[in-house]
Amino acid sequence: MSIVVDKSGPFTHGSNNVQRTMFTVLAALAPATMFNLWLFGWPAIFLFLVTMAACAACEAVCIHLGGGSIDDVLSDGSVLITGWLLALSLPPWAPWWVAVVASAFAVGLAKHAFGGLGQNVFNPAMVGRVVVLVSFPVQMTAFVPTKPLFSAGAPGFAESLHITFGKAVSLDGISAASQLGFIKTEMARGVPVNQSMDQLPALGDLLLGFHPGSMGETAVPLILAGGLFLMWRKIISWHVPLAMLGTLFIMGAVFNAVDPGRHASGLFHLISGASFLGAFFIATDYVTSPVSKSGQLAFGVGVGLLTWIIRTYAGYPEGVAFAVLLMNALTPILDQHFRPRVFGRTRKGAPLPLRGDK
Amino acid sequence: MKLFPIMGGIHPDYRKELTSEKAIVTLPMPATLYIPLQQHMGAAASTAVEAGMLVKKGQMLGRGEGAVSAPVHAPTSGRIVAITEVTAPHPSGLPQMTILLEPDGKDEWAELPAPMADPFTTLPQQIRDRVAASGIVGMGGATFPSAVKLGLGNQYKLEILLLNGAECEPYLTCDDRVMREYPDQVVDGARIMAHALGAPKVIIAIETNKPQAIEAMSKAAAAFDNVTVVGVPVQYPMGAERHLTQAVTGRETPARKLTADVGVVVHNVATARAVHNAVRFGRPLLSRVVTVSGGAIAEPKNIEVPLGTPVSVLLAFCGGATNAKRYISGGPMMGQPLPSLDVPVVKGTSGILALTKAETKESASRPCIRCGSCVTYCPCGLVPVEMAAFIRNDKLDEAAKIGVQDCVSCGSCSYICPSHIPLVHYFNYAKGRIAALDRERRKNEQTKALVEAHNARLERQAQAKREAAARAKAQKENSDESRANA
Repeated sequence: MSIVVDKSGPFTHGSNNVQRTMFTVLAALAPATMFNLWLFGWPAIFLFLVTMAACAACEAVCIHLGGGSIDDVLSDGSVLITGWLLALSLPPWAPWWVAVVASAFAVGLAKHAFGGLGQNVFNPAMVGRVVVLVSFPVQMTAFVPTKPLFSAGAPGFAESLHITFGKAVSLDGISAASQLGFIKTEMARGVPVNQSMDQLPALGDLLLGFHPGSMGETAVPLILAGGLFLMWRKIISWHVPLAMLGTLFIMGAVFNAVDPGRHASGLFHLISGASFLGAFFIATDYVTSPVSKSGQLAFGVGVGLLTWIIRTYAGYPEGVAFAVLLMNALTPILDQHFRPRVFGRTRKGAPLPLRGDK
Repeated sequence: MKLFPIMGGIHPDYRKELTSEKAIVTLPMPATLYIPLQQHMGAAASTAVEAGMLVKKGQMLGRGEGAVSAPVHAPTSGRIVAITEVTAPHPSGLPQMTILLEPDGKDEWAELPAPMADPFTTLPQQIRDRVAASGIVGMGGATFPSAVKLGLGNQYKLEILLLNGAECEPYLTCDDRVMREYPDQVVDGARIMAHALGAPKVIIAIETNKPQAIEAMSKAAAAFDNVTVVGVPVQYPMGAERHLTQAVTGRETPARKLTADVGVVVHNVATARAVHNAVRFGRPLLSRVVTVSGGAIAEPKNIEVPLGTPVSVLLAFCGGATNAKRYISGGPMMGQPLPSLDVPVVKGTSGILALTKAETKESASRPCIRCGSCVTYCPCGLVPVEMAAFIRNDKLDEAAKIGVQDCVSCGSCSYICPSHIPLVHYFNYAKGRIAALDRERRKNEQTKALVEAHNARLERQAQAKREAAARAKAQKENSDESRANA
């Protein structure tokens, strides 16, 4: 009896696979997402569904154009993560076409133009967000106060359909600034940061998410829980989140101590905007971050630093998306410079000296 | 005893419980033994018998050839039926010279070398000669001739003989059983080897998932001050020579050097038992313990198998295999796929596994998602994802630059890869290609050097001729001149 030998070992395998990894990430995102969908009501739910559907459709078209099988479209779950994170990065009451444009750029340009899963240089969801942020600044900064589903003042189903899908909807009457946007505009008016911060809701409310912001930015404890769940499942490690949040906190704290009129505090930076979502779910994206742990530390420090710089000195109130994209561009270089030390070799790659040698 | 951490590594599904409580049983003598002349690293043995000859148990059938080689012996008495080419137990499935022995059922011993009553007063060289003549090779699977390795004491100052009882491969329990059932033989063999090496200390390292083996070996070693048994963490690939050395001594073997360079020589526990038998009783290596296991095997067993037994006989003895997806020689991590079930058990066959689809968990490979698991779990500090990318693009030089030749093919990266990318397959390919290119390059350089030498010689000859002609001419002119002057 002769057997075809077609590959070398190992002939056993861990239980992990791409699909399981992707769906674990989705599971980790689910609690925070549910909370935010509740918090922002029907318009948020519609926008979320539109974004997911648009991303899946773009993926299907791209795979079809590339000659692939449509059956593969959703099988690895990666496009669901892209759509999900993209939806979380949009203002919850944004119109449907913002989501569609963002999805087309995220999946079509950032992912498939580069060769599909695993080949993209930039984080697709962040590319989608940044494209619509720079193209449609009005819609992308129209945040609304939280209006939990079925609460008094929350829009009903029909009204919500109009908010998401209607023509020429204006949110002027109800929109409110995110806290990062608020202190930035106050700064521009000459109000020092430490004064404008006093007018914000208490830190506890900010922490729990009852404040205007993008869909996924406002539930810090649930995002943190999701992130810790991913660490427990060994999907991500502590390196990127800790490096990013640590850098952001230290920069905030140090400069706040030096000049509190110009710089928000470290804690404020941590719980504002997309710090937590970015640290645990966006900057940790496998494809666009370095593969080695030391590289990941450097990457996290870079994202934290750039986020702080953009928030503090640039025109945009929030900087996580830009910071992530800038560091994505550096990932190939970080990969080259941050390799583990090879067994039996020095950091430079020469064999270790023997005892007795110098 | 203080232990040291090793980097990376995985915790595969060990499944040792299939055979760990199965005592070693002896296989009934098969109808025919197929004894390959090459069961070791190095040069193949040369035939010492002819077809039709009657041989006794332990008689040499093949003679070791050259510095790195090992002889083979008759596992039982019988008649040489043929000496012919038979499929080798190697993934290539290529044929190799094999001696076919038909046992006569008498199992009559040949005249053996005299037992060494006190090996510790015997010269180390004599012990090495005995080990060499007994055909003992590394039985952990590397099959490097043990006598050569026991000679390392001549070139290196050795401190420790590290006896490898880690047995970190899933499924395999042959070393575990040998340590539990023959602890005194193993310890005695180890002491003899340490004497041959000139190493003052023996450390026996066993993964802590084998508590009975640790207990039995500790008991056997208790009488000897210089023999220590140490439990090492269950972490694949703990049994890799360099990693075990690091875990036990904290010494990291430099790249392209031997563990002997840091004062340590590593031998397998089964090898120690074989040395004991060779030195104390003059018995050459005729059989070994093989774990036959896997979900497809009806009755998994640990079996003492005469070398040359066809795998099919072994499987039949274990009730046969059903629904096997893969047949493997060795463990599932670093073992070799069997090209056929007719191939024989050889000196390095630690296990025969028949794995079901549920056990191999094979799946089509998907695009790499750069998760970095392979980097995290590589026990050698390599970046498999990057090496594979280079190799796929045929940039072997680049792959070599970032260390593909430092890869020990342990398979941790392939095992952990969520995209099921056969990383080790890439690395084995690259290592083979790089070695072949290296050989070619050396050959070209040699050819070039020869051609250059040839051209230089021709040039020298031409020069010499020209000079001779010039001299002759000058002489002639001289004589003409002198004649004219005259």
